[in-house]
Amino acid sequence: MSSDIVIAVENLSKRYVIGHEARHDNLRDALHHTARKLWRRFRWGTGFRTEEFWALRDVAFEVRRGEVVGIIGRNGAGKSTLLKILSRITEPTTGRVTLRGRVASLLEVGTGFHPELTGRENIFLNGAILGMRRDEIRRKFDEIVAFAEVDRFIDMPVKHYSSGMHVRLAFAVAAHLEPEILIIDEVLAVGDLQFQRKCLGKMQQVASGEGRTVLFVSHNTAAVQNLCSRGLVLESGRQRFLGGTADALALYVNSGGPTGGPAVDKQVAPPGSPVRCTSLTVNGSASDRLALTTSAESLEIAAGVQVTADVRLSIETYLCDRYGNKLALCSPGHDESGGDVHRLSPGHYRLTARIQLPRLFRGHYLLDITLVQPYVCKYVSFPCAIELTVDSSGLNWGRMFEDSGVAVGFMVLPGRVTAERLAALDKP
Amino acid sequence: MTDSAEPPAAPALVIEAGRADAHYWRDLWSYRELLGFLAWRDIKVRYKQAVLGVAWAVIQPAVQTLLLTFVFGKLAKMPAGSVAYPLLVLAGLLPWQLFSSAFSGAGNSLVGNAHLISKVYFPRLIVPLSALAVALIDLGILLALTLPFSFCLGVWPTWRLLLLPLFIALALLIAFGAGLWITALTVKYRDFRFISPFILQIGIFVTPVGYRTDFLPNWRDWLALNPLSAAVEGFRWSLLGGTTKFYVPGLAISLAATALLVGTGLWYFRKTERQFADIV
Repeated sequence: MSSDIVIAVENLSKRYVIGHEARHDNLRDALHHTARKLWRRFRWGTGFRTEEFWALRDVAFEVRRGEVVGIIGRNGAGKSTLLKILSRITEPTTGRVTLRGRVASLLEVGTGFHPELTGRENIFLNGAILGMRRDEIRRKFDEIVAFAEVDRFIDMPVKHYSSGMHVRLAFAVAAHLEPEILIIDEVLAVGDLQFQRKCLGKMQQVASGEGRTVLFVSHNTAAVQNLCSRGLVLESGRQRFLGGTADALALYVNSGGPTGGPAVDKQVAPPGSPVRCTSLTVNGSASDRLALTTSAESLEIAAGVQVTADVRLSIETYLCDRYGNKLALCSPGHDESGGDVHRLSPGHYRLTARIQLPRLFRGHYLLDITLVQPYVCKYVSFPCAIELTVDSSGLNWGRMFEDSGVAVGFMVLPGRVTAERLAALDKP
Repeated sequence: MTDSAEPPAAPALVIEAGRADAHYWRDLWSYRELLGFLAWRDIKVRYKQAVLGVAWAVIQPAVQTLLLTFVFGKLAKMPAGSVAYPLLVLAGLLPWQLFSSAFSGAGNSLVGNAHLISKVYFPRLIVPLSALAVALIDLGILLALTLPFSFCLGVWPTWRLLLLPLFIALALLIAFGAGLWITALTVKYRDFRFISPFILQIGIFVTPVGYRTDFLPNWRDWLALNPLSAAVEGFRWSLLGGTTKFYVPGLAISLAATALLVGTGLWYFRKTERQFADIV
């Protein structure tokens, strides 16, 4: 193994035994189970069947010094299990991990914070829990307090902190760790926008400036894109892809996303929603993949809906980049006039949204469509469910921007939503 | 800067299933500050928002002393020998208090720190050890009050007091061994949260806290099987001066029992420790 490789993972698997028979949190169950097991052995010569669940299966990768690797995947893909094994919290079932260097892991912000202790005391406690030495903490103390912006409250019990202050203090301690390998679970989802930006900046500095190795789990695709040099995609415990960040993200966003099937199947509605979508077409196509040509300057989204209660309904459409970052919104119903929100009594309707598109660069985009009563309720949503492919827009120089992650800036698109009653469908 | 001089080829850490961690004891040593911090946190937090504060560390044993003196000395009319009965009880109560607070603290420690266990790595042994440290500090407070109290009752310290640390160490080891068992068992089977108060309730009578063993020759060897008996006798011997005699065979039995307790406790704790994060 080259000394440049700081993390080497070889066919790592983790199995959990789940189910009714396998766990005994209390003594009675354990005794009972043992007795029954013996009885079964005696009677039938077999023990219990146990249900196995592989949280990770044959994962293998290597990380070099100074690399920032983003680990992405849906909930339950095994990301957290992987991080837990790497941080020695839990043991793998098979396989081996070799780590070179001091590891610090941050699976949660503010682990071990005690509400009764003051900010100052918690900095020392939390630092010790994360593996810092007392003199190290003392040396960085002022820096931590300044970063967290809590100087005035530092001698106040943490239970009186606002949740924002709490999180800032916790992240500040963690950000001042100086390990060679830093393992971070989704921790940026907290704090206000400004602080999130500060944290991202700090992490970028840690990774690029100080040559540390970072493993980073996040659902924030923009953060992964900006920070990571490589991406590892996990899917139900298996390693699906390891490579460039852009490719990894595209794969992640598209898995469970557009597949070429009918768009209407992608609807998500809260239980008991009085609105159901029966059909969905975009520019006449019912598929969730759609190619746009140069001439297309508008989108026509037509949703057939069945309404079972009196509702007020409009269509809200986000145009997103291929990682799901929102670029533009069209929601005529949000206008002051409220003219594009339609009062619908129970029955069948067709709602049509006509949206003017800006000129788009070549590439892939996603549509996020929601049937809403603006400001009040989301009835049905299609989260990033429809993929638009723009072949050629006449803006060929746009190719330069395709993978560079240039933010387009957020726009509001003009458009209209109309509704018509489909009386024919209402008659039984 | 103490941590910057990392050699270029840092020693590799290998994580594998069932691998007995070679660095365990070294890790334990390097995490000693965490041990201190956890103990400090527990002490600091315990008396927050309690009006009487640290006074509770004294009130509880004081009441217990009165109670045991009343039951054994007055009701059962047990002989006290040459010292005042309350002092006899108090000297026995010191190691008992150390044991019971370490034992119950350890039992609840891992479950109480579940959020740490499932989010951060550190040698898990730190947690019951910090419960032990807390108990030791309580003992310190109590001891500092017991000595003046015994002067008042006319008992002056002798050279034997110098050997008291040995008996404190013995009581600590017993508490450590029993604490390891109860910690690991509580993580696995929460029943032990209910069982451990029982053990303590019975223990205070099985251990000669409220009475002297030299007046019970028939029971002496049986009582010595409980390793705490020797610790209690040792405390009395070194605190109460001349007249108390020490039962040497009892100490031998107790030492053997302690070694067994600590040995098996460590073995069981290390065995279950790997799964703590999964089952806690």
